[in-house]
Amino acid sequence: MFLAMLGEAWRAMGANRLRTFLTMLGMVIGVGSVVLMMAIGQGAQESVKASINAMGSNLFIILSGSFTAGGARSGSGNVSSLTVKDADAISELDGVSNVAPVSMGNAQVVFGGNNWSTSIIGTTPSYLDIRVWDLADGYVFSESDMRSATRVALVGSTVVENIFGDVDPIGKTIRIKQNPFVILGVLKSKGQSLDGRDQDDTIIIPLTTAQRKILGNQFAGSVRQIMVQATTPEIMPMVEQNINGLLKQRHNIREGADSDFFVRNLTAVANSAAETTRTMSLLLGAIASVSLLVGGIGIMNIMLVSVTERTREIGIRMAIGARERDILLQFLLEAIVISIIGCLIGLFLGISGAMLVNKLAQTAVVISGNSVMIAFAVAAGVGIFFGYYPARKAARLNPIEALRFQ
Amino acid sequence: MTKNVVQVRDLYKDYQTAAGAIAVLKQVDFSMDTGDFVAIMGPSGSGKSTFMNILGCLDKPTRGEYMLDGHQVSALDGNTLAKIRNQTLGFVFQGFNLLSRVSLLDNVALPLVYSGVSRDERQARAKVLLEKVGLGQYLNSMPNQISGGQQQRVAIARALVNNPRLILADEPTGNLDSKTSEEIMALFMALNADGISIILVTHESDIAAHASRQIRFLDGRIVHDERSSPIVNASETKEIA
Repeated sequence: MFLAMLGEAWRAMGANRLRTFLTMLGMVIGVGSVVLMMAIGQGAQESVKASINAMGSNLFIILSGSFTAGGARSGSGNVSSLTVKDADAISELDGVSNVAPVSMGNAQVVFGGNNWSTSIIGTTPSYLDIRVWDLADGYVFSESDMRSATRVALVGSTVVENIFGDVDPIGKTIRIKQNPFVILGVLKSKGQSLDGRDQDDTIIIPLTTAQRKILGNQFAGSVRQIMVQATTPEIMPMVEQNINGLLKQRHNIREGADSDFFVRNLTAVANSAAETTRTMSLLLGAIASVSLLVGGIGIMNIMLVSVTERTREIGIRMAIGARERDILLQFLLEAIVISIIGCLIGLFLGISGAMLVNKLAQTAVVISGNSVMIAFAVAAGVGIFFGYYPARKAARLNPIEALRFQ
Repeated sequence: MTKNVVQVRDLYKDYQTAAGAIAVLKQVDFSMDTGDFVAIMGPSGSGKSTFMNILGCLDKPTRGEYMLDGHQVSALDGNTLAKIRNQTLGFVFQGFNLLSRVSLLDNVALPLVYSGVSRDERQARAKVLLEKVGLGQYLNSMPNQISGGQQQRVAIARALVNNPRLILADEPTGNLDSKTSEEIMALFMALNADGISIILVTHESDIAAHASRQIRFLDGRIVHDERSSPIVNASETKEIA
């Protein structure tokens, strides 16, 4: 019975091919644009999320403060007010999982006949944990390397490309500011940061080595910044408050006086970026949904015309024993078949379009099973919703009048 | 087996119009034996079409009683009436009323779709009936490829496909020339000889003369009721397909 009805729907669609095609086109465009827009929106969200994850989660960065000399105020980080001891003290606070004091600068590095200027990060092994940064090869320097300020280094992939070429860097010696360093490991590629810097163009060395051999500093033990990771996002405000209190106490800063450091919540910044892309992708989806709605109204319009045209047929069917619900099912099925076929074509076009965008514009797109399922369910829903009224109109026809209809 | 296939008692039908209620049928009493062949005549507006619609379960009387094949039908709901139209009645119309986009075989099989018969059986039964009305070679033709007389034969085959108790034919020869009309009437008479009860509405008295009993409507009442020949076959209706 159901199969017979499906056959009827198919035949009715075939009877007026151009009209069926045009009706379907509304659904095709609607579903296609929803899928495409969702793919682009989710792609944007994914790339932001990836950047955030690459940066590390629940992150604070503590910068040393500015100073004022002769009325000119320097920027932050120019006073060496933060020390390794501050970092040790912060690591004792509740809710802090990792702390990494960081000193950085730029230096020329040389290997064989190649040289390259890159950023040097002097830090502790926990820096890699905070940044969720793994090694592609080799191993990380140890606490004992930290204590004895050994000249060992981890290199980023951009540095490897530029000074090693095809040579395996592990165990090789490079020169940084004339000091020989043994390469212990190669960092995994991390790509661009949120602000577009190449994060792989860097060399990581033990903080102690950096302070004594490479960067130099005004007084022993001072660092440019301290990275702090909290255990959960919820306790970040509490941790921030505690860090502020602790450092003010350690730096003897009176209540109300200017601090000689700043605490920045990096995750909050990243989250607002994520929020922006989420809003954008919602907006894209909403605009595309309007075309789906218009497609649905197109189906309703054509089905209403079809019911009027086929009034006599409906009368005949009723006279030979079709119940109201048989007629209802017949027209509903026709609307659903149109919208589902339109949906399938739309899915195909939307996914192809998304792949094309990915190829041509180098934009990340994500086609999730979820968005495909939603598009399909919505299309079937549109078919039922907009097909129901015409179908009910057909089913409610008076058979005598329908038979008399010319 | 009831003796009366149709039993109508004290039937009234009013239509509501802007000018008030118009009585179309007034106190109609009518009964018909199983196996009878009744022709209903009367001028336009005499109420004969309304009477046919009520007999065909397409319309409900305002008042009165209608028993079809021993069952009270005047109080049934839409779905049950649809089932009666599907399984107890067979309709033949003046304009043939075949589905134009559907093959003759599927046209004849259509009522079986609504009685939930399997596809294979639908096709088999439709084929038997098309052969019976002499169109066995046109199974897969479309209605517009055959003549009017042939289309009416298809419509008769469709009316017969579910082994109805009663055939209702509304001016079945109205759109046909006299020679084809004779052929269609011969087919009806043959069916009647097989024991099928038939009610036929017509304007033409020579068509009505083929029936065993003639009734004339005027102003919503039966004014004339005459038996011209005995019931051909009063025994139980035979299975057609």
